[in-house]
Amino acid sequence: MQTPAPVEYARATSVGDAIALLEKHGDEARLLAGGHSLLPMMKLRLARPEILIDLNDLDELRGIRIEGDEIVVGAMVTHAEILDSPVLAEHYSIFREAEKVIADPIVRNKGTIGGSMCQADPSEDLSAVGSALKGSVIIQGSGGKRSLALREFHEGPYETKVGDAEILTEVRFPIRPGAGSAYEKVERRVGDWPVASAGAFVVVAGGVVKDCGIGLTAVGAEHFCAPDAEAFLIGKAPTEENLSAAAKLAADACTPYADQRGPVDYKLHLAHELTLRVLRRAVASSQGA
Amino acid sequence: MEVTITINGTPVTSDVEPRTLLVHFVRENAGLRGTHWGCDTSNCGTCVLWVDGSPVKSCTMLAAQADGHEVTTVEGLEQGGVLDPIQQGFIECHGLQCGFCTPGMMMTGRWLLDNNPNPSEVEIRDCISGQICRCTGYKNIVASIQWAAEHPLTSEVTA
Ligand SMILES: Cc1cc2nc3c(=O)[nH]c(=O)nc-3n(C[C@H](O)[C@H](O)[C@H](O)COP(=O)(O)OP(=O)(O)OC[C@H]3O[C@@H](n4cnc5c(N)ncnc54)[C@H](O)[C@@H]3O)c2cc1C
Ligand code: FES
Ligand code: FES
Repeated sequence: MQTPAPVEYARATSVGDAIALLEKHGDEARLLAGGHSLLPMMKLRLARPEILIDLNDLDELRGIRIEGDEIVVGAMVTHAEILDSPVLAEHYSIFREAEKVIADPIVRNKGTIGGSMCQADPSEDLSAVGSALKGSVIIQGSGGKRSLALREFHEGPYETKVGDAEILTEVRFPIRPGAGSAYEKVERRVGDWPVASAGAFVVVAGGVVKDCGIGLTAVGAEHFCAPDAEAFLIGKAPTEENLSAAAKLAADACTPYADQRGPVDYKLHLAHELTLRVLRRAVASSQGA
Repeated sequence: MEVTITINGTPVTSDVEPRTLLVHFVRENAGLRGTHWGCDTSNCGTCVLWVDGSPVKSCTMLAAQADGHEVTTVEGLEQGGVLDPIQQGFIECHGLQCGFCTPGMMMTGRWLLDNNPNPSEVEIRDCISGQICRCTGYKNIVASIQWAAEHPLTSEVTA
């Protein structure tokens, strides 16, 4: 039987209260969102916090809304809510396409976007989505709020720029009129973590790529992105030849490990192929828009 | 810590360690052994029950998190001696062999039908994709959920 080690439990009543609790308990405290990464890690003793600070009562961290030219997603918004959100679907099909293949419907009822970003698993699907869309996060501490680009948020596997006494409160995505987007994942079986995934958005106007973003996960792409491939495409016609060259550059930015999900050459092949597929579909949907 | 969870309409109060998992609270403290517990790793889905009407894997939630909330387990499906159609469906279509996965399958199946009364086979398979059955090959589980979709409880309340 797997059970977490003894731990204290407190329910935060507000973001301010959660920050005060974090300050009081220092690095012995951990925030509890969906718990679907943290509780398994505690069962395995990979995490041994002394106190859990439960964020589930904080309605201020819920909800998806539009603010100016950005979509704002609260940290406690679940995978299921992202999957079902008409606002997100209207602007970016990448969200539905990614969420459909993240875990399973029951896990999606609990896992949150804030937890996914802060878990910073090198195979996290939403990290690739966030990087592809060049989103940002709001991080709050007792000194106030700061904004940080998602492409600067991850310090490495399981490490982020969120400090000991800070909370990620929001994830923000810029709205880009005319953008098409897509997500593709290869998994060993339904509901599993990716062998490799790629996501992209593209804005095509006047026959050339005006803007684009490429995100990759599980393949060791730094900050889950492929900036050289993006730079190559911008200003060029979205021909098959150019998309393929960009996909090749994206794969070149990857440094996957061999593990039980596959060898290095296979993962690099997937990085190339999946990037090509999402670019093709994002281009088609931008041209159709 | 003292935790009170309303399970199938009845409040259950127990003094538990904060690390107690919800599945163990339901089985040990509330004595409701219908909810099974298998993999411990949120992969098999036999521990699925509802918290505030939405299915969760109760091996991956603390009882403390459910304090003050409503839980529904497989024991809560039957109403006034009448089996829920999802339970009847598993009988009619031979939806179980050893029965280990069954409580989780029923809780997910009932939830699916509450939100989508006429799901396609693909939608049913997708919905139970986080749950493992080692006996039936899933075919009869899908048929059982389809049977329940075709035989909804007729409401006795008429205008
Ligand atoms: C069976 C299974 C399959 C899965 N498959 C996939 C998959 O295919 N793809 C995928 O991407 N993911 C997958 N996941 C992971 C899932 O998406 C998790 O829900 C997610 O990684 C963590 O979200 P959470 O809300 O559960 O976070 P928690 O487990 O609650 O927290 C994770 C970490 O983030 C910290 N944290 C949480 N919220 C905040 C916040 N607001 N501010 C600061 N720190 C915070 C916590 O302290 C903890 O360290 C799977 C999980 C399971 C159990
Ligand atoms: S025991 Fe909870 S998913 Fe297997
Ligand atoms: S009936 Fe035996 S595991 Fe499903």
